[in-house]
Amino acid sequence: MRVILELALTHIAGRGRQTLVAILGVALGVGFSIAMAALMQGTEKDFIAQLVDTMPHVQISDERRTPRRQPAEDLFPAARFEGLRPKEDRRGILNPAAAVASLRSWIPGRMAQSLRTQGVIRYAGRDVGVSVIGIEPEIEAQVSSVAGDFVEGSFDSLRAGGNNIVLGDTLANRLGASVGTTVQLVSPTGQSRGFKIVGLFHTGNNARDEGETYVLLKNAQILSERPNAINDIRLRLDNPEAAPRVARQIEAELGYKAVPWQEANESLLEALVVRNVVMYTVVGAILLVAGFGIYNIISTITHEKARDIAILKSLGFTQGNMRSLFLIEGLALGLGGSIVGWLIGFLLCFTLSQIEFKISGAAVGREITNLPLYWTPWHYAIASAFALVSSGVAGYLPARQAARLNPVDIIRGAT
Amino acid sequence: MSTLIEAENLTRILPAIVPVTLVRDVSLMVSEQEFIAITGPSGSGKSSLLYLLGLLDRPTSGTLRIEGRDTSQLDDDELARLRLESLGFVFQFHFLLPEFSVLKNVELPMRKAGRLSASQMSERAAGLLEDLGLAGHLDKRPDQLSGGQRQRVAVARALANDPQVVLADEPTGSLDSKSSEQVFTILKDLVKKRGKTVIAVTHDMDIAARVDRRIHLVDGKVVSDERVAQAAV
Repeated sequence: MRVILELALTHIAGRGRQTLVAILGVALGVGFSIAMAALMQGTEKDFIAQLVDTMPHVQISDERRTPRRQPAEDLFPAARFEGLRPKEDRRGILNPAAAVASLRSWIPGRMAQSLRTQGVIRYAGRDVGVSVIGIEPEIEAQVSSVAGDFVEGSFDSLRAGGNNIVLGDTLANRLGASVGTTVQLVSPTGQSRGFKIVGLFHTGNNARDEGETYVLLKNAQILSERPNAINDIRLRLDNPEAAPRVARQIEAELGYKAVPWQEANESLLEALVVRNVVMYTVVGAILLVAGFGIYNIISTITHEKARDIAILKSLGFTQGNMRSLFLIEGLALGLGGSIVGWLIGFLLCFTLSQIEFKISGAAVGREITNLPLYWTPWHYAIASAFALVSSGVAGYLPARQAARLNPVDIIRGAT
Repeated sequence: MSTLIEAENLTRILPAIVPVTLVRDVSLMVSEQEFIAITGPSGSGKSSLLYLLGLLDRPTSGTLRIEGRDTSQLDDDELARLRLESLGFVFQFHFLLPEFSVLKNVELPMRKAGRLSASQMSERAAGLLEDLGLAGHLDKRPDQLSGGQRQRVAVARALANDPQVVLADEPTGSLDSKSSEQVFTILKDLVKKRGKTVIAVTHDMDIAARVDRRIHLVDGKVVSDERVAQAAV
């Protein structure tokens, strides 16, 4: 009803400074929660993007999730085997060519197979344990993020005749070796070969820069005396979110353990959930405090305007009219606060996105970074919805009280 | 003359640890075009009776019929509707909304009733105010007017929806004698010229002496209800 709206706006306008404070309270709440949500979700998305970028989306290894079923178990339903010592099986993934071919037919993305083994690099009297990954350079370049992190050389350099190796720059520093140096690589089986360093990479991940080396697949198979063996297939999917589904299908098809990136980083992703809970709690608290501000001003108005309520009721305005009068006042403050809050939130996000800062420390890939902010209208909608609901509640409580006021009590008090 | 208000054994007791009886067993009939004064000492329940008759308060017992309708059967919203359309109030203090202009204050009850268009409302409000000698003050705010002028605005507002009955609670109580006289004349004209019924609570015996009918209360009870000869007015 227009009269009620006009009365409400007059009441609010009549209290300039208090109204401004209440609106600012809501606005700051809305603004900060928008900026905070943008920052939190931005960093989360950035973090996951980096995670997804550096890790294979699905990693298939030559392990199984459950012990292999014994033939007797298949034959006799009553048969049970427990605690069997696994058979010595160093063949890796059985029949890798067929497995890769069948996967290639349906996997939505790219894949690379490799042989992962352990070794010791021996140079200038120093022994450093490393993991040795035998790869096929042209395929690996499509799947691995390391391909983009080369400081010197590339995966293709491995092909340049002789025994070549690529390793992390930190490892090279520790060894005191550089490109062109020949180091001894000793395998667990006792094989030892000289490898020439043809490339250095820097991923920013210390564990990898210090402990990962790449050689040709053939060389790795020779070193570990496992000809034609493959024990690791890594997938890079077009859609990283599809990883769990693809992994389940692979397990069903091959029987080998296939780990999607979500599973490999379960604890990290759980930490993100906890972070979100913390964020929403803080944001909720900010808006709740703003809600109390509104409650305060509306209930002050109802006390001060008790006389007006009595007048309006004696003129024939109903309890419902009085209720909606103060409810509208609360909502109007909430709405005003939301709109100003959107502006504050937008400006905050803009300012934050402009900040550039340098991360010190050698182990960082990018030297200058911007804060990752995620922009979505949802943040604006949710923040103002919360503000409107809390201001509605904050307005409703005093409104209900105002509606119940008996005009006679007030008129008597005034005369 | 038809009966507008019919009260039977109205009693109002304030519930408290020691209940206070404000109005005790009052029965009265009010007809069209009457000018009634309710008098009595302080605390005799005259205002309480007026609030009961004006539907601002509900009786503890007894029945009240307004224009033939039994008010005990009506809920709060229906009572509000009846107040809006059939009753007008003037209080001791003008009780105008301070943020609104004089004209808007008078329009308020019409806007709530919602029967007239915006231009009809302001036309009618302006007409009422002009009749009461406030032609030049339409756009002023209440605090820019004198006490007597404000009380006249309050009368105009009471008349906004053209009610049959105007209830006045000490309408001249806070005015000087000149303004009191003006307001009294206006109330009298409402009865004589516009055919309204006015019920006024007053302790001003000068005014009480010049009305058609005097109801005297003591301790919430009617002790006398006398009609004064027309000649005395």
